[in-house]
Amino acid sequence: MPATVDTATSATVRVRFFARYAELVGCSEGAVSVSLPATVGDVVRRVREDFPGARALPERPLAAVNLRQVKLDARVQDGDEVALLPPIAGG
Amino acid sequence: MTYLTRDPLSVDRLVAEVAAPGFGGTCIFLGTVRNGPDEQGVTAIEYSAYEEMVEAEFGRLLADARGRWPEARIAVRHRLGTIPVGEASIAIAAAAPHRAQAFEACRYVIEEVKRRVPVWKKELRLDGTEVWVDPDGRPTPQPAHG
Repeated sequence: MPATVDTATSATVRVRFFARYAELVGCSEGAVSVSLPATVGDVVRRVREDFPGARALPERPLAAVNLRQVKLDARVQDGDEVALLPPIAGG
Repeated sequence: MTYLTRDPLSVDRLVAEVAAPGFGGTCIFLGTVRNGPDEQGVTAIEYSAYEEMVEAEFGRLLADARGRWPEARIAVRHRLGTIPVGEASIAIAAAAPHRAQAFEACRYVIEEVKRRVPVWKKELRLDGTEVWVDPDGRPTPQPAHG
């Protein structure tokens, strides 16, 4: 990561982990910076690089942006909340 | 509106929320914590969730259901935390003028919950082990660390 980030060409997103993924990563949330334009897939790649334990996450997890499930090619913007979701098992 | 609770679920309360004089059918679905032959000594399940998204997703899901069955009224609660075997983790009440709509709406909601609502469960077993459950009900293998 560069020491300074051009805010016009990069985005900082909040990343949240749940259930088994939170156990693997060792925390329930963090933040990553990605160069724009960026997708959820770019965020996942950055997470897998930046967070100890995140290598164990799948390369193509279920994901949500701002409380909605999205595909990995969905765009992210500065300030978005990206959640990586283990397979849903409610009910 | 909140669709989540950490307290035992009250069917009576849900039924009261959907009751109306013009409704001839009310369908209740309860999902309960199971220790069946496929489980290995499950004593309870610990439910966790992406709570803000659960609330948003339930709102969207019920709006979709209202679009499909405009005459029906639906109430739902999902319980979180540690739930012992035999107690309900989810309760759905769907009331409608006629039973077919009530059954269909109730079935729709539980199937969509299984598909869309970000809740996870970890089985707590008699032998002290804890196992994440995947959507098919099979335990999720713990990946190797390091």
